[in-house]
Amino acid sequence: MSTTTMTLAKAITAGLDAVLAANPKSLLIGEDIGRLGGVYRVTDGLINTYGPDRVIDSPLGEAGIVGTSIGMAIRGYSPIAEIQFDGFVFPAFNQITTQLAKMRARSEGRFGAPVVIRIPYGGGIGSIEHHSESPEALFAHTAGLRIMAPSNAHDAYWMIQQAAACQDPVIFFEPKRRYWLKGEVDTENPAADAFKAQVIRPGEDATIVTYGPLVPVALAAAEAAREDGRSVEVIDLRSVSPIDFDTITESVEKTGRLIITHEAPTFGGIGGEIAARVSERAFLSLEAPVIRVGGFHMPYPVAKVEEQYLPDIDKVLEALDRSFAY
Amino acid sequence: MTNTVHETSEQALVQLLTPEGERRSNAEYDSFIQDVDAEMLRGFYRDMALTRRFDQEATALQRQGQLALWVPLRGQEAAQIGSGRATRPNDYIFPTYREHGVALTRNVDFPQMLRIFRGISNGGWDPRENNFHMYTMVLAAQMPHATGYAMGVQRDQAGWDAERLEKDGTAVVAYFGDGSSSEGEVHESMVFAASFNSPVVFFCQNNQWAISVPFHVQSKVALAERAAGYGFPGIRVDGNDVLAVLAVTRWALDRARRGEGPVLIEAVTYRMSAHTTADDPTKYRLDADEQAWVTRDPMLRLEKHLRDNQLADDAFFEQVVIDGNQMATRVREEAMAFPDPELSQSFANVYAEAHPLIQEELKWHLEYEAGFADNTEEGATR
Repeated sequence: MSTTTMTLAKAITAGLDAVLAANPKSLLIGEDIGRLGGVYRVTDGLINTYGPDRVIDSPLGEAGIVGTSIGMAIRGYSPIAEIQFDGFVFPAFNQITTQLAKMRARSEGRFGAPVVIRIPYGGGIGSIEHHSESPEALFAHTAGLRIMAPSNAHDAYWMIQQAAACQDPVIFFEPKRRYWLKGEVDTENPAADAFKAQVIRPGEDATIVTYGPLVPVALAAAEAAREDGRSVEVIDLRSVSPIDFDTITESVEKTGRLIITHEAPTFGGIGGEIAARVSERAFLSLEAPVIRVGGFHMPYPVAKVEEQYLPDIDKVLEALDRSFAY
Repeated sequence: MTNTVHETSEQALVQLLTPEGERRSNAEYDSFIQDVDAEMLRGFYRDMALTRRFDQEATALQRQGQLALWVPLRGQEAAQIGSGRATRPNDYIFPTYREHGVALTRNVDFPQMLRIFRGISNGGWDPRENNFHMYTMVLAAQMPHATGYAMGVQRDQAGWDAERLEKDGTAVVAYFGDGSSSEGEVHESMVFAASFNSPVVFFCQNNQWAISVPFHVQSKVALAERAAGYGFPGIRVDGNDVLAVLAVTRWALDRARRGEGPVLIEAVTYRMSAHTTADDPTKYRLDADEQAWVTRDPMLRLEKHLRDNQLADDAFFEQVVIDGNQMATRVREEAMAFPDPELSQSFANVYAEAHPLIQEELKWHLEYEAGFADNTEEGATR
């Protein structure tokens, strides 16, 4: 066993280090990722080990970062690009959706563009506009992309490596308010397949499905519910596209109640997709309607009121109450 | 001519063949075409003629309902053949969707190109065979790909000495047009290429029209002038002069290969035809404008040059027509014989690795389609 305590951010750093060490064709590109080590220091020190040709401080241009990453991938490289903040990915939206996602289909399977795009995402950090968003559903709607969101240090260390090894493009959403969350990382025993959801707390009476920054919230809510005599199962999706519906279905067939929570707005979100699939797969097992706990249909609010906007323990417990009262 | 930029900048154009087919000497660029003999000149003419004949056949196929759409290139043959013939096999080309002439120089088989426009494929050909990338339909989206590819080339060639770079180095050509020059990705691709000194040549065919919008709406200055803002050379070349385009592109590619960074070439030409077969240029441009460019037809000037200098005879030109017609017949036959694809094939290449949703939806689709099978037939097979 070689278990080390790391923050989630440092686990990603260590994972990136492992990728760069193992694959000479892998490289990092993004704004401020080299000498500064990224605004969250996730790439800190890597330029010293691998040099500026493999840890590229790029000009400031997201379409350029993703577009040149695609070009390097066509040439045979494995770029891992960083978009500095969630709300700044949109200048690259065209490159991601019309080019990156479709390269393999367009080439009739001859080649693709296995690029990883790392994006620190989500709110709860008291920041200004565009620094707290959760745009994963916008990308999940585009075929050709895979989307991961780790919730803990061990997963983060391994999932970034799985993303880098994947032959499909991966958007890797990093829960930035959990960057400093410490956890045990076993650098010898890999985490489960990134595309498999994990039951991280077993339960019998209800299921909470979540991912990324709300995993600790869901676990805390489940613990609080236990005090009310309710046994709540918590599933960490880990992969937002594809979604491991088998694990969710199996859980709901057992518990009969499902709460889905994410920071992204409820309307048109991942929760709606899960609710629809569960209604198709486990309709007769459901004891209550599926309930979603997400953001409101508004631009991400200003920092002074974001605590009221974000799903928290109380909102999840309230959803559980509604489910049990049905 | 309504294009004032073109008029004021006329003197700055590199031109080695006048519209009358006369060879003009040019101290700077003559050395880049010293090897061009009569046989090569005839070859360029033949390339241009075959390209135009292909364009004509594809337009006819569209009119006959055999293609969903066609993107004509008539008028731009010299810009495409000149630049394409300047490349080496190991150079990599990122075209827009109108580079049928460049495709010819890269030995892409013409019928394969029609797979895109017949609704059979979104890619058409295998780019790895000829280092000629797939067409990109979103304007300018291929530009940062070209810069990124060139960044990859730089890493592959790290540590090469000047001699090896000159001999075996790879350069990248990014094609775009006057319309797409307004897209942000052109800017970003040039910023990145300049910052990293990447071996990429930005080749703009300024054909004066972005569907119905004239060039002066895209830019108040000649596009080549924009290069100065990025810190690399920009050069305007007569895009209807195959020799000048060849010389200028060779110069730019050599320079890029040697590690001296990007160049922006603006080939001033004219889209003599419609934007696509769905377009109607009579709604936005004057017949007089079109007529003014007829005298500058890139094929006419090379024909004049070949004839006036006794470099080609009637038999040559007749043979080119015969070859063109034979090619057109083959293109038509092969295009019409392409089997229609099945939707079920479209599931195969969305992802490289196994994907549960794809598998689930494919299974559903196949079962649904099987439900339409004739009962008798089904019974017979059991």
